[in-house]
Amino acid sequence: MPIINDTIFFDEKAHGEALEKALKLTPQEVVMEIRESGLRGRGGAGFPTGTKWMLALSAKADKKFVVCNADEGEPGTFKDRVLLSEYTKLVLEGMVIGGYAIQAQKGFIYLRGEYAYLFDHLNTYLERMRREKRLGNNILGTNYSFDIEIRLGSGAYVCGEETALIESLEGHRGEARNRPPFPVNTGYLGYPTIVNNVETFACAYIVMSKGAQWFSKYGTEKSKGMKLISVSGDVKKPGVYEVPFGITIKELLELVGAEEPKAVQIGGASGICIPMSEVNRNISFEDIPTGGSVIVFNKERSMLKVLRNFMEFFVEESCGQCTPCRVGNKKLLEGVELLEEGRCSHRYLNELIELGKTMQIASKCGLGQSSPNPFISIVTNFKDEIMSNSIRGNNGK
Amino acid sequence: MESKISQERAPVAQKPHKIDTTVTGDIGGLVDIEINGRPYQVPFGITILEACRRNNIHIPTLCYHEDLCIAGVCRVCVVEIEGMRTLQASCAYPITGKIKIWTTSEKVRKARRHILDLLLSEHYGECYSCVRNNNCELQTLAKEYGVDYYRFGHVDQKRYEVDRSSYAIVRDMDKCVLCKRCVRTCIDLQEVGVLEATRRGYNTLISTFMDKPMIDVICINCGQCINRCPTGALRAKDPSDEIWKAIDDPKKHVVIQTAPSIRVAIGEEFGLPPGNSMTGQMATALRMIGFDRVFDTNFAADLTIMEEGTELLLRLKRKLVDGDENVKLPQFTSCSPGWIKFIEHYYPEYLDYLSTCKSPQQMFGAVIKTFYAQEMGIDPANIVTVAVMPCTAKKFECNRPEMNSSGFKDIDYGLTTRELAQMIKEAGIYLPELPPSHFDEPFGDASGAGLIFGATGGVMEAALRTVYEIVTGREVPFKNLEITPCRGIDGVREASVVLENVKEEWKFLEGVELKFMIAHGTANAKKVMEALIRGELNNYHFVEIMACPGGCIGGGGQPIPTSPEIRKKRIEAIYKEDAELPIRKSHENPHIKYIYEKFLVDGPCGHISHKLLHTHYTKRGKYIV
Amino acid sequence: MIYPDKNVIVSEVEHLVEKYGFGRENLLPILQEVQRKFGFISDFAMQEIAHRLDIHPVEVYGVVTFYSFLSTEPKGKYVIRLCKTISCDIAGKDAIARTLERELGLKFGETSADRKFSLEFCHCIGMCDQGPAMLINDQVFTKLTPSKVIEIIENIK
Ligand SMILES: Cc1cc2nc3c(=O)[nH]c(=O)nc-3n(C[C@H](O)[C@H](O)[C@H](O)COP(=O)(O)O)c2cc1C
Ligand code: SF4
Ligand code: FES
Repeated sequence: MPIINDTIFFDEKAHGEALEKALKLTPQEVVMEIRESGLRGRGGAGFPTGTKWMLALSAKADKKFVVCNADEGEPGTFKDRVLLSEYTKLVLEGMVIGGYAIQAQKGFIYLRGEYAYLFDHLNTYLERMRREKRLGNNILGTNYSFDIEIRLGSGAYVCGEETALIESLEGHRGEARNRPPFPVNTGYLGYPTIVNNVETFACAYIVMSKGAQWFSKYGTEKSKGMKLISVSGDVKKPGVYEVPFGITIKELLELVGAEEPKAVQIGGASGICIPMSEVNRNISFEDIPTGGSVIVFNKERSMLKVLRNFMEFFVEESCGQCTPCRVGNKKLLEGVELLEEGRCSHRYLNELIELGKTMQIASKCGLGQSSPNPFISIVTNFKDEIMSNSIRGNNGK
Repeated sequence: MESKISQERAPVAQKPHKIDTTVTGDIGGLVDIEINGRPYQVPFGITILEACRRNNIHIPTLCYHEDLCIAGVCRVCVVEIEGMRTLQASCAYPITGKIKIWTTSEKVRKARRHILDLLLSEHYGECYSCVRNNNCELQTLAKEYGVDYYRFGHVDQKRYEVDRSSYAIVRDMDKCVLCKRCVRTCIDLQEVGVLEATRRGYNTLISTFMDKPMIDVICINCGQCINRCPTGALRAKDPSDEIWKAIDDPKKHVVIQTAPSIRVAIGEEFGLPPGNSMTGQMATALRMIGFDRVFDTNFAADLTIMEEGTELLLRLKRKLVDGDENVKLPQFTSCSPGWIKFIEHYYPEYLDYLSTCKSPQQMFGAVIKTFYAQEMGIDPANIVTVAVMPCTAKKFECNRPEMNSSGFKDIDYGLTTRELAQMIKEAGIYLPELPPSHFDEPFGDASGAGLIFGATGGVMEAALRTVYEIVTGREVPFKNLEITPCRGIDGVREASVVLENVKEEWKFLEGVELKFMIAHGTANAKKVMEALIRGELNNYHFVEIMACPGGCIGGGGQPIPTSPEIRKKRIEAIYKEDAELPIRKSHENPHIKYIYEKFLVDGPCGHISHKLLHTHYTKRGKYIV
Repeated sequence: MIYPDKNVIVSEVEHLVEKYGFGRENLLPILQEVQRKFGFISDFAMQEIAHRLDIHPVEVYGVVTFYSFLSTEPKGKYVIRLCKTISCDIAGKDAIARTLERELGLKFGETSADRKFSLEFCHCIGMCDQGPAMLINDQVFTKLTPSKVIEIIENIK
């Protein structure tokens, strides 16, 4: 696995014993440690993890839940798969730490159906943890008890959205909820629930073992720590990279051996597509936030084809409840078809961009709010290419 | 109000936001907010939409409905909150802090317009060929936002076949805007569970189990979904063409009866506010349209009371005196055909608890095609019976094969309030301006007891007025005969009267506390049935159940829109008219006395009435094949 | 067992409900097991599950149609899902798709008459660095080439 400078995850000897440390502290102290580290959610939205846990800790209820969001469905993301299969301990014990921090009794791993082959591995590991008293009743001899159950998804991208995920856990269609109330107050079955990304739990583990100070050495002002990036597309060395926040796209492209890149899609289908003129921008919550997907396109690729692929994805994967996302994505896809046929006027293209902006602010959940991102960024950044088709036949692409 | 009780089944997602008082300590307090730059004080925890409505600030909505849990899916009601990147659905956003709201900022207007454009681009159908023309929420919104072209195109082909299989409900999914009001009505409010969103993404479609036609699934035809559909995607099956044909046929003698709850609602179709009684005007209009006889179903309601009340007393006697263990008590009312189908499907083992009485509509039909035909010397084959009902389930009921004890269909056509209003308009009549007139003889008068059948609790009240008096010889001990415990709109209500100083022949009822229960809406009916199964109703005697929220005045055939407020107004109008009537008790109706003297000579629950006025039920079960 | 006998379904559902519990939150695991065992969720099975969990059959139908790994139509013993998302697409998904169609004699979306194979597209399966990739039931196959695909199919045929 390629490593740049330092690593948090890839050096197993350095992981330390986080669970032992955490259980010696009070839940409040654990939460404070996480807050101090500046850890922000790794699932994409980047909500401060300490704040989320604090809200859940202070919510009064007789039951609380922890959910590990392993629904990794964002096109081009596969770092959670690597963490789950190779650094299982960090994730699962990170969940126990999260459980302790908010005083939950039960955790779920919502594992996407596509990763069903990890089910047995994870279950075996959970068994081992139970045997070693790191899970179950009276963990490590304390009076804290917590258990974890694995739930499989069934092929629905939107179930990665935290409230849709909870709906799915409850046996409903994976349709996002209205917010407020937020899951930290009213989550699974109406109880306070924290939903965190796989990598977030792994980071929490690291924070507890190495300390907030050590962790916050890495990264930028508002984006602390290291980030796992899944790189695919036209590169020599695709795979998972651990990089500090703040790394520029250019540095990243060099690291992975990009071949004659023309465009970089950051953040998966719901992220943005930047041209080479913008490679000095960096990956961080201040500039380009991402859940960890980077897809590189070389100069042979038709951006319209790329865009069509993304829009088809959203038309099928939208949950379909709210109007802007259900119909809006379809209209954007139809727009792409018009562009392909060379029948989309510039005026209509602008209408569609405006529509995209409405979707970004009026959709009910993050899916519809971010699905116009690739459309808007590709048609603006690659306008000359996009608008080069004509009714008389396209330009050979 | 009334809607809250039925939201227990709603997914957590759609339940109203529970405010955690332990954290805020603010409950019951007021919050200072700003709307469009002006300060307001609103109660902590209410939604932005509510706050705006209370302060007369208009926010358009589509998926929101007062009776239902919150969906927040159409996004028409979005508003801007200062400091937030995204717009928020005002129907779903509870106010828990000092926020600044903009309801018509540029962003908001643009977003709303876009959302409308999107909805219209998918909405197949032309307004002028739609039942909901002029009463369609999508159309209204399009007008409000000045939509004058299809910005994002328009579907030019039907995508789904219209489902006309049901006797009552027609589904045209090309007009659906996916607001899910029908789903929330069917699953949460009524707990029938016919309609649900299926598939996902762009292919999302409101559908039935395995996309089966409506006739094949467990639909009770209550039509509540129609009442709440903002567009013409759901509508009632309209028989008015056939009725016009019968009217135009000189050989046919067309008789119409109108249910108690029509008169207090039909005015709404002509632009009057809810709660205006149009009894006399309606009778005039019906004659002008060309019906040969215009009768009042209230008469049949009185007849029902005689039969059902007697049946109850007989059951009590058989149980208490004869010790007959096969007698089922409490007796459940049977005048709501939606409820009948509900129990046939979900509780088929409990059909013996139902009264065997037909509903008033069917009783009347049977009487018209026998007694009335005889008296008038008309061949019943030439009589066409039409029933105007607030109800879509009546359309199914009149087509039940067992409803033909006279040898002819008791009722040929069931017409809803909306469809009647349409016929009146088509005849060029403006109802509110007509001179009032009376219903026709020989069933011209009815009692107030028959009238209050239209409101939840009314059957119970009417029955008590009669039963109590039969047993004790005295009027029910309530001022002005208003049995207040029967009234109100709580989902399940109960009360009791003690029978004291009874007449000699009812000695066995001396000191008995007559316990009764009232429920409306099938979700509440379900609660009652579960209580029955648990054995909690063992010492109850009589239970009234109406399938629709509010009773018949909230029926699936009533004017659209519906809301707790509108239903309340209609109920008030009914009680007001009852109070003004000279005859308030079914057994005092002279026409009732007449018919038992002349025709049903062996009395209530006698041989003749059993043949004509009573029925049996079918165990349907809950499996869909 | 093309169309499972009703009694088999009844006892299977009973067993699953006992295993997972009566609450609605157990709906998905139950559906997933039924799908795995019978290759689809028949309308009878949906009703049986609905009645056991005290929800409406149409709600179960709504859930089943929402998730792409659940189906109301019989699926083959081997369900082949080829990733069609962008990274696999640019890595040569089209050639793999053509090979699969040719070798199986099936179009995408179809199930073979002997119910051995179903061929479908799916969205990103998280193997973007090793595309083109596909799933056969729960197993992943990566870095596919037409000849590799032929070999895989031959092995399970
Ligand atoms: C459409 C959509 C899909 C998402 N998919 C995932 C996912 O696969 N994995 C994930 O961890 N978060 C995903 N998220 C983000 C979650 O909603 C949520 O923000 C995250 O799980 C919170 O965890 P974090 O704070 O640890 O990032 C998705 C969000 C949206 C809107
Ligand atoms: S934005 Fe899309 S995925 Fe999210 S609630 Fe709306 S329709 Fe569903
Ligand atoms: S009325 Fe609020 S989202 Fe539909």
